[in-house]
Amino acid sequence: MSGKDEAELSRLMRAAIAGDEKAYADFLHRIAALVRGFARRKIVQGGVDPEDVVQETLLAIHVKRHTWRQDAPVLPWVYAIARFKLIDAFRRRGRRIEIDVDDIAETFAEPETETVSERDINRALDGLSPAQRSVVSAVSVEGRSIGETAAKFGISETAVRVSLHRGLAAIAKRFGQGRFGRE
Amino acid sequence: MRTDDLIKALDADASSKAMPLQSAWWLAAGAAAVIAAVVFLLTIGPRPDFMAAAHTMRFLSKFVFTIVLAVSAFALIRALSTPGASTGRAMVWMAAAPALVAVAVVLELFMVPEALWGTRMVGSNMMTCMGFIPLIGLGPLAIFLWMLRYGAPTRPVLAGAAAGLLAGGLAATFYAAHCFDDSPLFVATWYTIAIAALALLGALGGRFFVRW
Repeated sequence: MSGKDEAELSRLMRAAIAGDEKAYADFLHRIAALVRGFARRKIVQGGVDPEDVVQETLLAIHVKRHTWRQDAPVLPWVYAIARFKLIDAFRRRGRRIEIDVDDIAETFAEPETETVSERDINRALDGLSPAQRSVVSAVSVEGRSIGETAAKFGISETAVRVSLHRGLAAIAKRFGQGRFGRE
Repeated sequence: MRTDDLIKALDADASSKAMPLQSAWWLAAGAAAVIAAVVFLLTIGPRPDFMAAAHTMRFLSKFVFTIVLAVSAFALIRALSTPGASTGRAMVWMAAAPALVAVAVVLELFMVPEALWGTRMVGSNMMTCMGFIPLIGLGPLAIFLWMLRYGAPTRPVLAGAAAGLLAGGLAATFYAAHCFDDSPLFVATWYTIAIAALALLGALGGRFFVRW
């Protein structure tokens, strides 16, 4: 089962690096499911939202995909990144709980309904330049294509691609430094 | 943002390309060697009797130590900058250079009369050695730390230390061509201190600079 997964995922990732977007989307969805399971198993106590770890891991996989050797298995690479991001999330959360008393009060005061707005990635998104933020939002949340986004903002497709790429890289960097748009 | 939305954004950025890390490492090693060579030639340069010295075992042994250190540290840092890569074998190879130095030290103690041990160890260049190995290694260390940021080391402090050892091995290879102190007793003492300083600096760089 795992061996079959490995072969299939390696194949998808190689296709993705060769430029197959369909294969890349397929790869990322399957990796998201695997990492979600991993994060839920590892996070037994609260404090860290498994989905934040999933998103940080996916971003790291994306911006660091040049570190994967195409002749090496892909799953050990994926899990090494997921583990690193999980530990990072725990360390960061520990620190924040120690320092940031207001945050805790806020968390207790609010009803536990919609957690989407509290995602780490949203805070990281807020820290982007307005141009990058609107492009990243258009392509992700609004689900627009590169072409549609270009038309919406009246800019070239190349400009959309550049803003998207830089925006994603900036979010990944903020995660790496433990910054989320506010210090 | 939902995870599915994030995947849409990542997928739309699929066409962005970056040089494979393993190729980038070779490029970085080449650039680091050039920088070290330039700094070396502009400052101290090779000793005047370089060609004559190249026939002596003690002189040549210095290059064996430093090149073995650089090569093994290069293998280690490439593994440490790749998530999930096994580092066990590369870690074992890191013992090769110190082991060779240790053997040479024992041989030297047998060959040289006890009265000369102190002179051989202190040599005549220890301040130059401790100053110029780190100086020549500084540029390469900066390149290697930058490469660690380009990579994805899951143990950044260790990877930073490996960057320091690699920079140290490279710098010491150049420095060895300048230095008149060829005794393994000198090398084991002062080269070690100078390279350890670079490793410490690298570990600090790994801790504070290599975030991803």
